Amino acid sequence: MPTAMSLEWPTDDFSRIPFAAYLDEDIYVEEQERIFRGPVWSYLALEAEIPNTGDFITTYVGDTPVLVNRQRDGQVSAFVNRCMHRGSMLKRECRGNATMHTCLYHQWAYDLTGQLRAVPFAKGHMGRGGLPPDFDIKSVKLTSMRVESYQGVLFGTFSDETEPLVDYLGDNVRAELDRVFNRPISLLGYQRQRILGNWKLYNDNVRDPNHGALLHMFHATFGLYRPTQRGGVKMDDRHRHNISYSMMGTSDDEADAEAFAGTQKVFDKGFRLEDPSMLQYDKEYPDDVSLTILSIFPNMVMQQITNSLCTRQIQTRGPGELELYWTYFGYEDDDEKMTQHRLNQANLVGPGGLISMEDGEAVEMVHRAVKREQDEHGIVEIGGKGEIADHDYLVTEIPIRGFWSYYYDLMGIEAEQAA
Amino acid sequence: MGASGERDAVVALMIDYVHLIDEDRLEDWVELFTDDCTYKILSRENVDAGYPLELLSCHNKGMLRDRVVSLREANLYNLHTDKHVLGMVRTNQESDGAWTAQANFSVYQSTLDGESDLFAVGTYRDRVVFDDGRPLFAEKIVVNDTFAVARMLSTPI
Repeated sequence: MPTAMSLEWPTDDFSRIPFAAYLDEDIYVEEQERIFRGPVWSYLALEAEIPNTGDFITTYVGDTPVLVNRQRDGQVSAFVNRCMHRGSMLKRECRGNATMHTCLYHQWAYDLTGQLRAVPFAKGHMGRGGLPPDFDIKSVKLTSMRVESYQGVLFGTFSDETEPLVDYLGDNVRAELDRVFNRPISLLGYQRQRILGNWKLYNDNVRDPNHGALLHMFHATFGLYRPTQRGGVKMDDRHRHNISYSMMGTSDDEADAEAFAGTQKVFDKGFRLEDPSMLQYDKEYPDDVSLTILSIFPNMVMQQITNSLCTRQIQTRGPGELELYWTYFGYEDDDEKMTQHRLNQANLVGPGGLISMEDGEAVEMVHRAVKREQDEHGIVEIGGKGEIADHDYLVTEIPIRGFWSYYYDLMGIEAEQAA
Repeated sequence: MGASGERDAVVALMIDYVHLIDEDRLEDWVELFTDDCTYKILSRENVDAGYPLELLSCHNKGMLRDRVVSLREANLYNLHTDKHVLGMVRTNQESDGAWTAQANFSVYQSTLDGESDLFAVGTYRDRVVFDDGRPLFAEKIVVNDTFAVARMLSTPI
């Protein structure tokens, strides 16, 4: 019997989340099978990271090590990063270029399609030892993922049953990727953040526009984002993905003062940055949206925070640890000034980000506090109960309920309970 | 001040730098920099791969002050104390009179509950100039080998 079965869901609109789902080791193992090896598209990398034949990166899907490379025919393939012989990790480097992937343990060599090409001493020495005559090298291939790309964003799946990527993403998500990946990008670099908390707590966090200006006081203090601004949330048909968006400069001081009344930290003490260049938005899309957090189930976030662009990949390290892998980029046609502006704005986010450093702390605080409260539930009612649907306001956490409704389906809880 | 006096002053500046952070005297710490200073914390991963992205960057003293004000007034971070351990300093005087200085460091963070962890290990690559006989950082580049940052990067390294 699946352990996710034992979770209790007191409401059918997912306005109560069982804390056990964040903590239980067996549930974590089951998630690796049903979600990360299941019928979903996991974010792998950006095509711009591996432009040339033989370019590769290593990453994780859930906690499975994965090797992604560009084949001779220009196609991208992805494999479990393990040799088929004795299971050693095939590539240790984070990135590089290779004509073959040769395992360091016994030097079995695979080509860029994952096909085993050579085994040293296959015929032994002096007619003795080596592989048996019936061993068929051609039959040995690395365990591969199916890979699809949308606007240069690479996704992979282990399941044959996963729907086509374009359908999985849906209209709203595709439109957002079309908007940001509208021309060739140029990589700026990486950041990593290790957080001692469950991977779903971070998924909750990015589907929660309500926390933006409460946890991240820098936002509210300097006006980059306030829940009183114009904005909202847009999801896909299954409510598994979400786009939170807002527009700078669309709130007024009176409304802000009223909204923040009663909070401990007042948002407006008249602080001004000595160097406000970091707060400037050089409008670069046809719309007025200055902040977008796109969350794609189960492991991807893409942000546009004014001119700071990046993807964030969620890698699981067990039920109680995750690594966020941030990939920052600009556009190939950025001039030097724009590149410098984007680098400057990178100060806003990442592990040292003025408006994001708190997320790591929030996730860890929840994870620590609920350890012995596994029969208890978190409350998700901000923005409304009942139906999960798009809306044009920001004081909301409804997309969290969307995430859990899809999680519930994927984990097979409903089917099991009905049986 | 002769060359050896200047060298001593450069080393003393690097020592002050770590102690002022550890004593949470960040407002005083800012005063160790020139007005047009560069302060960067770099991930070794990006340095090795040739990417320009920083973990944190300030391009003048005003931005350093903004960081400190933000920490004091806006950011909610993991409450902790820092302890730096500074390695031996290698110095060199440049032809323009400025000094370059390099030293390895480690930073331990301790929680409110008294648990300590190694937070970062890396190298300082500094450029120090003298203003009216007083040494100041024109450039402080922190190359962080521990680029998988645990929790968050709140207080400076």
